[in-house]
Amino acid sequence: MTAERIRFWAQPLAVLLIVGGVLAWVFSSTLTATEKSTLNASSLLQALADHLLMTIVVTAIVVLVAVPAGVVATRPWARWLAPVFLAVANVGQAAPALGVLVLWFLFTGASGGLWVAALPLAFYSLLPVLRNTIVGLQQVDPSLVDAGRGIGMSASGVLWRVEFPLATPLILAGLRTSLVLAVGTATFGLFVNAGGFGLLIDTGYKLNLMKVLVTGSALAAGLALLVDWVGAVIEQWFGPKGLR
Amino acid sequence: MAEKGSEIRLDHVTKRYPGQKVAAVDDFSMVVPAGQIVVFVGPSGCGKTTTMRMINRLIEPTSGTITIGGEDALRIDPDELRRRVGYAIQQAGLFPHFTVAQNIGVVPGLLGWDKKKVDARVEEMMDLVGLDPGEFAGRFPRQLSGGQQQRVGVARALAADPPVLLMDEPFGAVDPITRGHLQDELLRLQGELHKTIVFVTHDFDEAVKLGDRIAVLGDRSTILQYDTPDAILANPADDTVAGFVGAGASLKALTLLRVRDVELGTAVTARVDAQPSTVDIDGERFVLVLDQRDRPLRWVHQNELRHASSLAGIGRPVQDSVTLQSTLRDALEAMVNEGGRAIVTGSRGEYVGTLDLTTVTEVVQRLRASA
Repeated sequence: MTAERIRFWAQPLAVLLIVGGVLAWVFSSTLTATEKSTLNASSLLQALADHLLMTIVVTAIVVLVAVPAGVVATRPWARWLAPVFLAVANVGQAAPALGVLVLWFLFTGASGGLWVAALPLAFYSLLPVLRNTIVGLQQVDPSLVDAGRGIGMSASGVLWRVEFPLATPLILAGLRTSLVLAVGTATFGLFVNAGGFGLLIDTGYKLNLMKVLVTGSALAAGLALLVDWVGAVIEQWFGPKGLR
Repeated sequence: MAEKGSEIRLDHVTKRYPGQKVAAVDDFSMVVPAGQIVVFVGPSGCGKTTTMRMINRLIEPTSGTITIGGEDALRIDPDELRRRVGYAIQQAGLFPHFTVAQNIGVVPGLLGWDKKKVDARVEEMMDLVGLDPGEFAGRFPRQLSGGQQQRVGVARALAADPPVLLMDEPFGAVDPITRGHLQDELLRLQGELHKTIVFVTHDFDEAVKLGDRIAVLGDRSTILQYDTPDAILANPADDTVAGFVGAGASLKALTLLRVRDVELGTAVTARVDAQPSTVDIDGERFVLVLDQRDRPLRWVHQNELRHASSLAGIGRPVQDSVTLQSTLRDALEAMVNEGGRAIVTGSRGEYVGTLDLTTVTEVVQRLRASA
C-alpha cells in the first residue's frame, strides 16, 4: 500500500523536479535575443496550450470512434466486424505517424492547423482503445449477460449496466495508452502548423539553440509523463468498485 | 408476499436450430401444476436447460405454445415476460460491480418501483434468505461465500414476487454440505411462498429431495417419465430411467418416508427404578430400560435380569435412536448401529416404539407394488 502510494506520487514529483529544474536553469542564465523570442512565458504557454489541445482533441476523437466501434464489433449480429476494425486500426498504428500526418496535410491541401493534425494522429492512436474495448467486452462472463437478460434487462440495459462497467478497467487502460501516444505524437504537430512543444525542439535544433532544444524536449517529456499519470488517476477513480 | 404460483403449460414445443438435422427439443408437452416444484433431470446435453429457457424465452421455440397462468407467453414482450418470471442460475450470476442490495433490487427497479419500496423489498428478501441486511447489503458478491452468493441469487429471483421461478442448476457449484442447507432452505421458502418452480439439475438425489414431481428427460428432451419421486424410485419406466435413478433406488425411496408414516412395533419396557423381579419379560429376550421421564437408557438381556438386584447400570447403553420425523433411511442407519431394532422417540425424547428391518422391507415392497 505504502509502496504503491510512493510509486503513485513519484511520477508527478519527478515531472515537477525535471521541468522545474530545466526552467530554473534556463531562466536564471542570460539569454540571447533569439532565445528570448522563444523562451518567454507567453510563447511557452502558447506551445503548452497547443500541445494540450491537440492531445485532448485527438483523445476525444479516439474515444468517440473506437468505443462505439468496439461496442458494435462485439454485438452478436456484428461479430464479423471485429477483425475488420482491428485490421484498419492496426494499419493506423503501423504506419509512421509523421508520414501519415504529412500525407494528410498534402491531401487536404489546406494550410494546416489543429484539425489537420488531429485526424491522422487520432488514426495513429486508435488501436489501444479499440482493441481494449473489444477485448474488455468479450471477456465479460457470458453467464452475467445471460443472467441480465434472464431477469428482464433489455439488450441495451445489459450493455450499459453490466457489460460496459465490467469492461471499463480495460477500456481505461487502453485510453491511457492512447493518451500517451497522442501526447507524444502531438510533437509532430508543428509540421502542419499546429504548434506544440515540437516547435521549440525544431527551432532549437535548426538554429542550434541548445537551451530552446532542451526546454522543448523537457516540457514535451514532462507533459507526456503527467498525462500518463492523469490516465492512471482516471483508471483508479472511474474503474467499477467491487472488482478489486 | 402474496403472489402464489401459476400453472405452466407447454404444448408440443419444439426447438430446432437452423442447419441441424435433429431438433434440440422435440415435441415437448407438459403441465407444471401451480405451486409445485417440478425438477427436470437428465444427462448433460439432453435439452433440459433448453426446454427451461424456452419458458422465459431466452430461447425462442420454433413451434408450439407455452402458457403461464393461462396467458400466452409467446405474445408477451420477452423483457416484460422475464421480469415476471424469476430466474436463478449456477454460480448465482450476480453482477460483481453491484452490491448485494443492488443485485437484489434490479428487477423491482426495472419494474419501476420507487426507491423506498425497492429498499424495503430488498431488506425483506435478505431476511427471507437468512442474510442480515445490516451486514450484507453493502457488500459486493466477491466478499461473500459461494453459499451466500447463491442465497442472494435466489433473493434476486424472488424480489419482484414472480409467480413462477426457473432455476438452472442453482446449487451446482457449491460444496455438498452447503448444497444440502440451500436445498433445505428452498423447501422452507417454498412452504411459505408456494411458487411454481421449474428446477433443472443432473443430480437425481437433488431431484428426489426437492421435486414434487420429477421429469426424467432423455435425448431431445423427450419425457422418459414424469411422476412423483417415490413412483419413479419404486417403478422406473424403463432401463434408461432405472440407470439414471442409479444404484440404491430402494435406499433413496426410504429418504422420502418418515418414521411417523409407518406402523411401529413395541418392546418390553421397564422404568429404571422398577424391581427386576417384577419385570414381565413376556417371552422377549431384551428389556428396554427407561429413565424417570420415559427416555430410553439401556437394553437388558433376560439372563442379566434374572441375577440383577437393580435395573440401574446393567445392560448395554442405547447407541442410537430416531424420532418420528426421521426418514426411514435414518432409521435403517440406527438399526445398523444398534444391531437390531431402532428405538423411536417422541418430541421430548420419550420412548414411543421401535422399528425393525421387517417393517422397512415391507414398506419398500408395498411401494413397488403400488407404483
